[in-house]
Amino acid sequence: MAAVLEVAGLTTVFHTRTGVVRAVQDVSFSVEAGETLAIVGESGCGKTMTALSLMRLIPTPPGQITAGTVRLAGTDLLGLSEAGMRKMRGSQIAMIFQEPMTALNPLLTIGRQIAEMVSLHENISRRAANARAVEMLQQVRIPAPERRAREYPHQMSGGMRQRAMIAMALACRPKVLIADEPTTALDVTIQAQVLDLIDDLRRELGTAVVLITHDLGVVAEVADRMIVMYAGRKVEDGRTKDLFADPCHPYLQGLLASVPRFGAAEGARLRDIPGIVPPLHDLPHGCAFAPRCACAVGACRDTVPPLEPKRPGHTAACWVT
Amino acid sequence: MTMLLEVSELRKTFPARTGLFGNVIDRVHAVDGISFSIAEGRTLGLVGESGCGKSTVGRAVLRLIEPSSGSVRFEGSDITHLPPKQLRALRRRMQIVFQDPYSSLNPRQRAGDIVAEPLMVHGIADAAQRRETAESLFAKVGLQPRQMSLYPHQFSGGQRQRISIARALALGPRFIVADEPVSALDVSVQAQVINLLMDLQAQDGLSYLFISHNLAVVEHVSHDVAVMYLGRIVEHTDKATIFARPLHPYTQALMAAVPVADPAIRRDKKHVMGDVPSPINRPPGCHFHPRCPLVQDRCRTEEPALREVQPGHRVACHLA
Amino acid sequence: MNDALYYARRYPLGVAGVIILIVFVLTAVFANVVAPFDPLTTNAKASLAAPGSRYIIGADMMGRDMLSRMIHGARISLAVALGATCIGSGFGAMLGLASGYLGGWFDLITQRIAEIMQSLPLLVMALVITASLGPSLVNTIIAIAIPLIPNVARVIRANVLSLRELNYVEAARAVGMGRMRIALVHVLPNTLAPLIVLATAQLGSTILTEASLSFLGLGVPEPYPSWGRMLSESAAEYIRSAPWLVIFPGLAISLVVFGANLFGDALRDILDPRQGD
Repeated sequence: MAAVLEVAGLTTVFHTRTGVVRAVQDVSFSVEAGETLAIVGESGCGKTMTALSLMRLIPTPPGQITAGTVRLAGTDLLGLSEAGMRKMRGSQIAMIFQEPMTALNPLLTIGRQIAEMVSLHENISRRAANARAVEMLQQVRIPAPERRAREYPHQMSGGMRQRAMIAMALACRPKVLIADEPTTALDVTIQAQVLDLIDDLRRELGTAVVLITHDLGVVAEVADRMIVMYAGRKVEDGRTKDLFADPCHPYLQGLLASVPRFGAAEGARLRDIPGIVPPLHDLPHGCAFAPRCACAVGACRDTVPPLEPKRPGHTAACWVT
Repeated sequence: MTMLLEVSELRKTFPARTGLFGNVIDRVHAVDGISFSIAEGRTLGLVGESGCGKSTVGRAVLRLIEPSSGSVRFEGSDITHLPPKQLRALRRRMQIVFQDPYSSLNPRQRAGDIVAEPLMVHGIADAAQRRETAESLFAKVGLQPRQMSLYPHQFSGGQRQRISIARALALGPRFIVADEPVSALDVSVQAQVINLLMDLQAQDGLSYLFISHNLAVVEHVSHDVAVMYLGRIVEHTDKATIFARPLHPYTQALMAAVPVADPAIRRDKKHVMGDVPSPINRPPGCHFHPRCPLVQDRCRTEEPALREVQPGHRVACHLA
Repeated sequence: MNDALYYARRYPLGVAGVIILIVFVLTAVFANVVAPFDPLTTNAKASLAAPGSRYIIGADMMGRDMLSRMIHGARISLAVALGATCIGSGFGAMLGLASGYLGGWFDLITQRIAEIMQSLPLLVMALVITASLGPSLVNTIIAIAIPLIPNVARVIRANVLSLRELNYVEAARAVGMGRMRIALVHVLPNTLAPLIVLATAQLGSTILTEASLSFLGLGVPEPYPSWGRMLSESAAEYIRSAPWLVIFPGLAISLVVFGANLFGDALRDILDPRQGD
């Protein structure tokens, strides 16, 4: 199947007082229709900046996309005018955020916000737009959608608000949905519901989902493929099953070992990764992970390792493994 | 086994709405009659979702907020109504570590002063000795003593959490309330902090009340586990039992909902539906009944008591 | 000294602000030396003289040298502006801190009093206070400072209410720290940013309030000049025929306010350790 979203060599920098910060560096990936790709990494690894770059929502200045292409069904989003990009946002590529309360307008009803979104992109009557809003709320399994459409964001629970956000994002049937930590602010039982919902809608509508998360559990549950980011670069890429079973990069190996799991022995220590994530404005020479890596050799401290196929359909950027 | 902390029938209500003359119209039952105890050198994991009252329990036990009723016994003596002066002395024996590594440190204080401040407050040692103690505390939690002159913003989240732990340890406490101490941290750093807390327990025989919404973390650090739902403990037993054979439908639902970091295990999608009800307007009978897959008629009207179904295993469910 | 140089390089605008303020303060202190004429000596022939070689920025209707009057006026205007702002902000901050941190009946009463005070126009209140105290420099400062207190107190109180909920305040309670020390060590320093912004913003309005009071005969008594009085006396009558009477005092007030704002912004950043690197 052909990829609906193809990202190649994406590089985003920020000009700050302390110098140029490379938030995203030479990141490439593709997503097919109806597929879920997870972008995994810890805070500051550039996963959210990657998402914002895809949407062209990087605050400019100080931010700037300096290289790369983002092709959505053949169109290069980075080559579009601002007006052209506005037409794409919402209708072709949509995004949901971690905290729905800040992404929804507190002064408008949920139904109105979804209807406005629809009438922005489609030439339909107000009545039809309202009907679509209710339909969307029903599709995201909000009970009593007619009544809920007349409610304001603050009248809803966190889980309901995230459902409403998803309804709004999918109202125009975009080809790609970018979900930035969509369940991080939610309780476990609600998180499970929302993950199921995103997964079901992906299957029903054939939407490609780019799921940005730090939670390896969430990745294992819903992602078909995943890329791992560290300090602005992609360090590993492949099918979720393969990466979990046989991680090639010491960073992913360390991450997987540091997750507490059910059924561990009494008093067992967790394997942690020593040290801290280096600040982006002060990256070490060579591989950014080298200072924390147990298997680092001389080459790791000199040259950034290239992404190479390590197994079939599984690439990683490491000199050692 | 001697009990370090014994909590019985602890209740805390907050006014949710007050009238024109400050009269209380509605109350939030944040904590509604819970009892538990923690032995020397042991960890009780307190699990629940947001709004279940778990953080209120932690603060009420330390008397950072005043319990509405019930009693808290620490080292054998009742501290529920201790006057301020004795309470101050007690503060040396019990401490707290918070979730948010950003708001838990004063941005205008140097890290070394933050850690030494408890000693100064209690008039322990002179300035030079305090500095020495702070240095050894820094080393103990895995920080460099030369970092003492830095300000909080110059540390990463995990390092800030280490500073918080050092501050809590400064007075040599026996008991620490750890309120979601690793929830705001990245996975690799989370493991560092969990290991640190467990090492400190092994070295000094500390007891923890470990509050968390993350079941896997709780399983890792705890000896016993209590699950809370809307102000009540619904299940309470030792770690092995609760994870092997959870009896309350809510505990089961909570475990089923946790995403497992292993794509080979595809869980069956039988998730509890619906939202957590508001603690102001709790459902009658068993508070969990509107979301419970096994609900029966008596659950809607009759409140289940927390009873011992097996030795050491307490469950609040009519069906258990 | 190294610190000063370091900050000077980092905050060039702040340095500009400091220089402006220092120039004005020195002028005020050494008014007797700097001023070319006696500010009170009248000269009928020079009435409303335009700026020229003798009277650099002109003379007023009584033929007094404007420059000398402005230089001497700096004394009163700066004393009033700095004095009233410091007293008003200081008391306001203390009251706001106590009100927000202690809460309870103390908070209730101070807030109601603050509301009553705020419902009166600033000038009316200052008028009532000077009328009862009698005109003098100190009384003018007090009269202008008191109406500032409720504004400052309310902003600081709101800030304290949010700071009080932060974990580091709770942590301080958990180690057994007393309320007084928590308020002074952990809460007060963190309210500095809004306090400085508020204080610099109020500096200008204090100079203008003094002008209005003087105009009504309740400020610093005649014939001592102040910028505010110079402005208010001549604004209506001479704005067309002798605009220098209005322009220069106005410019001086603007410059002081501008300098104070630049200085305040830099000070706020310097006092915040988060801006350190």
